[in-house]
Amino acid sequence: MYTKIVSTALVISALALAGCEQSVNHFDRDNTPATLSSWGILDSNGTTLAIHVDSTPYDLNSPLFTDYAHKLRTLYLPEGTAAVVKGDRIEFPVGSIITKTFYYPKGASDGEVVKTNDSYLIDGSSLNLADVQLIETRLLVKQADGWQALPYVWNADQSDATLEIAGDVQAKTLVDGNNKQRFAYVVPDANQCGGCHAPDHTSASIMPIGPKPSNLNGEFSYASGLENQLTYWFNKGLLQETIEPTQTLAIYEDGARDQLDLRARSYLDANCAHCHNPKGAADTSGLMLHIEETDMRAIGLCKPPVAAGRGAGSRPFSLFASHPDKSIMVYRMQSDDPGEMMPEIGRSLQHKEGVALIADWIGNMDPVCE
Amino acid sequence: MFKRSLIAATVVAAALAGCEQSAAPQQSSAPDVDFQKHLITQLVQAKPGDVIEIPEGHYELTRGLSLNGNGVTIRGAGMDKTVLSFKNQIQGAEGLLVKNADNFILEDLALEDAKGDALKINEGENVIVRRVRTEWTNGPDVNNGAYGIYPVQTTNVLIEDNVAIAASDAGIYVGQSHNIIVRGNRAEYNVAGIEIENSIGADVYNNTAKHNTGGILVFNMPNLPQPGHGTRVYDNIIHENNTENFAPEGTAVSFVPAGSGVMIVSNDQVEVFSNDIKDNDTSNILVSSYFTANDTATNNSVTEAFDQFPESIYIYGNTFTGGGSSPDHLELKALRIAEFGLNGSLPDILWDGVVNPEKLVDGELPEQYRLCIDNEDASIINVDAGNGFANISTDITPHQCQLAKLDPIKIAIAE
Repeated sequence: MYTKIVSTALVISALALAGCEQSVNHFDRDNTPATLSSWGILDSNGTTLAIHVDSTPYDLNSPLFTDYAHKLRTLYLPEGTAAVVKGDRIEFPVGSIITKTFYYPKGASDGEVVKTNDSYLIDGSSLNLADVQLIETRLLVKQADGWQALPYVWNADQSDATLEIAGDVQAKTLVDGNNKQRFAYVVPDANQCGGCHAPDHTSASIMPIGPKPSNLNGEFSYASGLENQLTYWFNKGLLQETIEPTQTLAIYEDGARDQLDLRARSYLDANCAHCHNPKGAADTSGLMLHIEETDMRAIGLCKPPVAAGRGAGSRPFSLFASHPDKSIMVYRMQSDDPGEMMPEIGRSLQHKEGVALIADWIGNMDPVCE
Repeated sequence: MFKRSLIAATVVAAALAGCEQSAAPQQSSAPDVDFQKHLITQLVQAKPGDVIEIPEGHYELTRGLSLNGNGVTIRGAGMDKTVLSFKNQIQGAEGLLVKNADNFILEDLALEDAKGDALKINEGENVIVRRVRTEWTNGPDVNNGAYGIYPVQTTNVLIEDNVAIAASDAGIYVGQSHNIIVRGNRAEYNVAGIEIENSIGADVYNNTAKHNTGGILVFNMPNLPQPGHGTRVYDNIIHENNTENFAPEGTAVSFVPAGSGVMIVSNDQVEVFSNDIKDNDTSNILVSSYFTANDTATNNSVTEAFDQFPESIYIYGNTFTGGGSSPDHLELKALRIAEFGLNGSLPDILWDGVVNPEKLVDGELPEQYRLCIDNEDASIINVDAGNGFANISTDITPHQCQLAKLDPIKIAIAE
């Protein structure tokens, strides 16, 4: 009852605000538009990227690593609808649109992008395109028959993005202090979206994987101020009920606040568990990295490889306790060879900080694999 | 026991490094960007019933290909005419990844030099791969991709008339699947030519496995959702699988001794019959438990549920020629000389002798679980690995038994 009233009030105010704005549009699976702007969720005039007033920006405690790209995530629900929470999953209503825009702080010259931890989001709702370069925006659209994944690639003048179902490859140089590293930024093709976004490999259903209660349970800097995301979503009418998550993933940036074990497991959950779960594509390996797993051997402790090929790096166990330099997991995270590296897609660069975290975790384990 | 010695590995590495230095620089051809985009678009838009025809040509791709969904056929103009080369691949752990595709057919093309696996089919029912060539064109090399043709968690799968060359793990590898027919294939210069792993119900026949490290393998690995049983290996030509093991150390096949014709590890109900098995220098057939084969694994490495004992193995009617004359691994070299003299050979069948103590009745393994041999004058050696090689025996009497024969595998798509 309470939910309804709040959401109605919000819808009315949103409508009032949206008066001067373009509306959000919905397109069927077989009629998806060639340009991102057609959806009305994100609006660029070439100097500023603004998100639609009816959509909500959000962040994740432990995000997926993608070549040090920054990510602007938004959620839009159709008027008068709210999402339902089931365990650690959120079921979004038909018509929901989730976007993730990948962007980099600009370097000194074309093609140079900068590795930073700075925040570029202004008032929780816009990006200044003098500071950042937009690369791609991925849409997840909840159609009547399930989620559809659509990759849009931003054009050179940053005024719009074009649907590229075959993906894209862009040559970039990452500037990290005095170091410069060339890499190929790869936009996955639409089939590869399912490489991560089908955590139940047998059903093969595409679904959002980031926005789940355990990974949303943190603060976001909204235009109205700092607030817990789950509270904000409920107050805004995006959720039917309040949520008290039983588990909260560690905040990746803030190393000091959470236990090492929780930080490592949260990192693995966000970066690996979409495949490495009991229903996932990587259940063939027997390695289970979802946060709920409690069997340490399934998490890789003293576990020999099954079909890792040269990805095993001539190391005997996934997690060779107290020996990160003998652990397959570290080897595969360090590799940038497509035949060896993990995750299999979604990065061309090594995530040095992620490797350091997992190495630290393994290094602190009791030596039980000898 | 079967583990490669460190010395051997170093020698291989040095040899390989030498090859690399002497090799002429590869001319890398330009990627076929338009072709690639067109093909990926076809794969993304594929609907059930679609046939994606790839014309004759040699195509350089930079990205792994990916197909989702049922009922799609991908067809080339022939395994030597339509060649997809992944030599310049920058993305994707496979050349072609097929995800959860029922009624999928791949035929008449080649997948060359993939960075990881050439073809992986992860889940699917009624899957056919035929007249496909997967090859690493530089020959055996630790840096080659792991698997050539790799269906995993599939049901009703037909792998027919393919050619698989120089995979650093298995040329043809069927994992965790049900109802499998692997026939008419040629597997050469892989670490494992053909491997059936943790699968239930496989017929492997009319294949040729030559010049691999191990010709045909039937394995059960620990920590997986499904243990396997019920494989028939028959009417195959399994010759000279003596290629030095070039698998990355630590992988499941890295402990396969060079010179293994057929190797059975921890799997049950395996029949090996009517094969032509010749000149495999360690042994024409090896039967082993997991911990004998892989001595880096510890008890902590394996779930308690794992059954490491190979049981109900039935070997009959094969033709054995030569073999065992130059085994891999120091222990086996020493064993050959100690037991059979400087010019002697290890017997046709090498068994680690490890049995499940819980299944013994009056100190003996009931016949139904035994390694039974009904193969004219075939010879065997039991190395008694479970008791520190205390009672090495070449007595075939305990193995003179017969087991109920397995039923043939029936798959509608293979009729």
